[in-house]
Amino acid sequence: MPSLAIERWAKSSDLAPDAPVALTVEGPHGLLIHAVTKAAAERGARPGTRLTDARALDPALIAVPADPEGDAALVQRLAGWAGRWSPLVEVDGDGLRLDVSGVAHLFGGERELTRDVRKRFGALGLTTQTAIAPTAAAAWALARFNPSPPEGEGDSAKLSGVRGLGADRPGRTPSPYPLPQGERDLLEQLAPLHVSALRLDPDTVRTLERLGLKTIGALLNVPRLALARRFRGAEDVVDALDRMLGRKPEPLTAAPVDPPPRAALRLEEPATHPEAASQALERLVPMLVGELEQRRLGARRLSLTGYRVDGSVGVASVATAIPSREPKHLLRLLADKTAALNPEFGFDAFALIADWTENLGAAQDSLVEEPSGERELARLVDRLTVKLGPRAVRRPQRHESHLPERASGWVGAISSSPQFRGEVARVARRRGPSTSFAGPPPLQMQGRVHPQRLLDRAEAIHVIYATPEGVPRRFMWRHAVHDIARVEGPERIAPEWWRQPSSARLRDYYRVEDAEGRRYWIYREGLIGDGRGGVPNWFIHGLFG
Amino acid sequence: MPTLSEIFAVHPRDGGWAGFLLAQVATGKPLLWVQDRMAILESGRVHPPGLPSQDLVHVEARDARDALWAMEEGVRCSCLAAVIGEIWGDPRALDFTATRRLAVASERSGTPCWLVRLGGTANLSGARMRWRIASAPSLANALDPRAPGAPTWDAELFRARGSPTGRWSVTREADRFHLVAEPRDRALGEVERLSA
Repeated sequence: MPSLAIERWAKSSDLAPDAPVALTVEGPHGLLIHAVTKAAAERGARPGTRLTDARALDPALIAVPADPEGDAALVQRLAGWAGRWSPLVEVDGDGLRLDVSGVAHLFGGERELTRDVRKRFGALGLTTQTAIAPTAAAAWALARFNPSPPEGEGDSAKLSGVRGLGADRPGRTPSPYPLPQGERDLLEQLAPLHVSALRLDPDTVRTLERLGLKTIGALLNVPRLALARRFRGAEDVVDALDRMLGRKPEPLTAAPVDPPPRAALRLEEPATHPEAASQALERLVPMLVGELEQRRLGARRLSLTGYRVDGSVGVASVATAIPSREPKHLLRLLADKTAALNPEFGFDAFALIADWTENLGAAQDSLVEEPSGERELARLVDRLTVKLGPRAVRRPQRHESHLPERASGWVGAISSSPQFRGEVARVARRRGPSTSFAGPPPLQMQGRVHPQRLLDRAEAIHVIYATPEGVPRRFMWRHAVHDIARVEGPERIAPEWWRQPSSARLRDYYRVEDAEGRRYWIYREGLIGDGRGGVPNWFIHGLFG
Repeated sequence: MPTLSEIFAVHPRDGGWAGFLLAQVATGKPLLWVQDRMAILESGRVHPPGLPSQDLVHVEARDARDALWAMEEGVRCSCLAAVIGEIWGDPRALDFTATRRLAVASERSGTPCWLVRLGGTANLSGARMRWRIASAPSLANALDPRAPGAPTWDAELFRARGSPTGRWSVTREADRFHLVAEPRDRALGEVERLSA
């Protein structure tokens, strides 16, 4: 992408803008010129030639190594930013491809859309060549090989738009059966283009040139059968033609089966005040909720994208525990995250997308605004998670294990939802309003008594034995001495040999009560003479209530 | 009448208050249990298999401010059986205003709220009931004389609105959730009445 590379370099360098500079890449026989400034081009430097040849023409040429990775990263970033025009953006080599079927009217027609695209990229200091065509291949060709480019001379960042011919088929790019009128227009535009606009490999292009077929128009006059017979396999000219004219679907453009619900807002002027995003949110949420309602969906994850003037984007996203399309709730969830979006140089467009949705029936909840217990709980979980983070809000999840720290697993309250929701719903159904329901039965494996509190890591305690095999008389934990008054145990838990190393030792748990009545859960790891280490250590693991 | 109650653990490494508290929490609805980070480090994390109900949402808060915020969000919600919040020490965020807000929200929504203070001092608070709980030597175990029996607590209600204060020795029977005062004590069944 010659122009993008040189423009990107020019923005970050402090050399004079009219200096003859060439960006170079390593070639098989020395440095090759990758891109040149306007001044260098005037003095004879051309992209693709060797640096030494260019130096022979102009010894004053300044050579700078190019940065193709950086350029590619910029294109990727711009692709994200181009989501302001259309939800479907594809990076296509050195250009961007947008599926603008059913989008153009939002910007006042296709002409206005291309003008807007050019203007906004121009504001970033990037020249673009844009074209809108019914097929991806035609747009590619028109953007690159149009004989009268609208933006002066020189190669530039190419941006091709794709328009579906069937206006009533949004999301589907190339219509397999184009209208005759549209095809004739398209043919007129494409006919004068050079054959290399077909994206064929150079050998095929050379062969075609030798045969005297220099333009697409000339190629179209040749009978299909003859063409198909002459060019086979990889150099399928007929195939390229068909793709360009929309007689055959373009496989490159991946259209999403069901585009996610989306609401967009464009601002006349870039907004730099900090509340811009929050204000936009207040207008976007009802729009999105309307679409969700129509499609009977509920949002599980929402993201608000703010498009900044300088070509970057700011994203705030939240997740919900159960699908929701209640404007008040969604607004409240997003409000905090949105307020943290920094406008920097100013936002000039916003898009709110529900990128994860689930089916949600259109049932009315109740006459009065009083959400059910399950939904109220899910909302509480949403609010807590948004503020404190998904790792801080969790629900218990049982594991098939005898090791206490493994048996009581935790799982994020939001991520666990489908299963947990079912559980809660079942509990709610079983629970009558008048009967006193004792909740799900406590997890008591083989009648084991668990403590109410478990230390995250069992802490080593210093003990004084009564006998080597028996219970200690007293122990010291965190510099405090506890005299053991009563004891119950041991309860032996063998190591899980199928997942622990063979050196893992068994645990003998004791429930002890000290002289003041505090109850603790302590264990001895291993036995004397079990061949898995020396004298067993004692640990404290839990506190009883 | 559900309201905000404050429990002071006499010793931070004494888990006795948990048994006293859980015996009074109604089951059937989920429980919101908020712990700040210091409380988890010092006296352990909630262990669901040891609780009467597994239906629980656990919040690990960075500090007292986050913990109080989470508690207030929970208390406003009438879908919870109770909100339990453990806060370590005497953080600045925990002042009269914060506790008063919790008390008002709890009374409005009907969700009981328990503020557990570990290693804290009894400063100004808007809590309607303030308890000081310590473990006491348990009752004799009928099956094994060497083993601990039914847990017993030394519960002191040192401030209460609309009810007398006092000090009781409270025992919880093995599998039931009711509390009995020791026969010697002046008010038999006082605790049931207070917690109802």
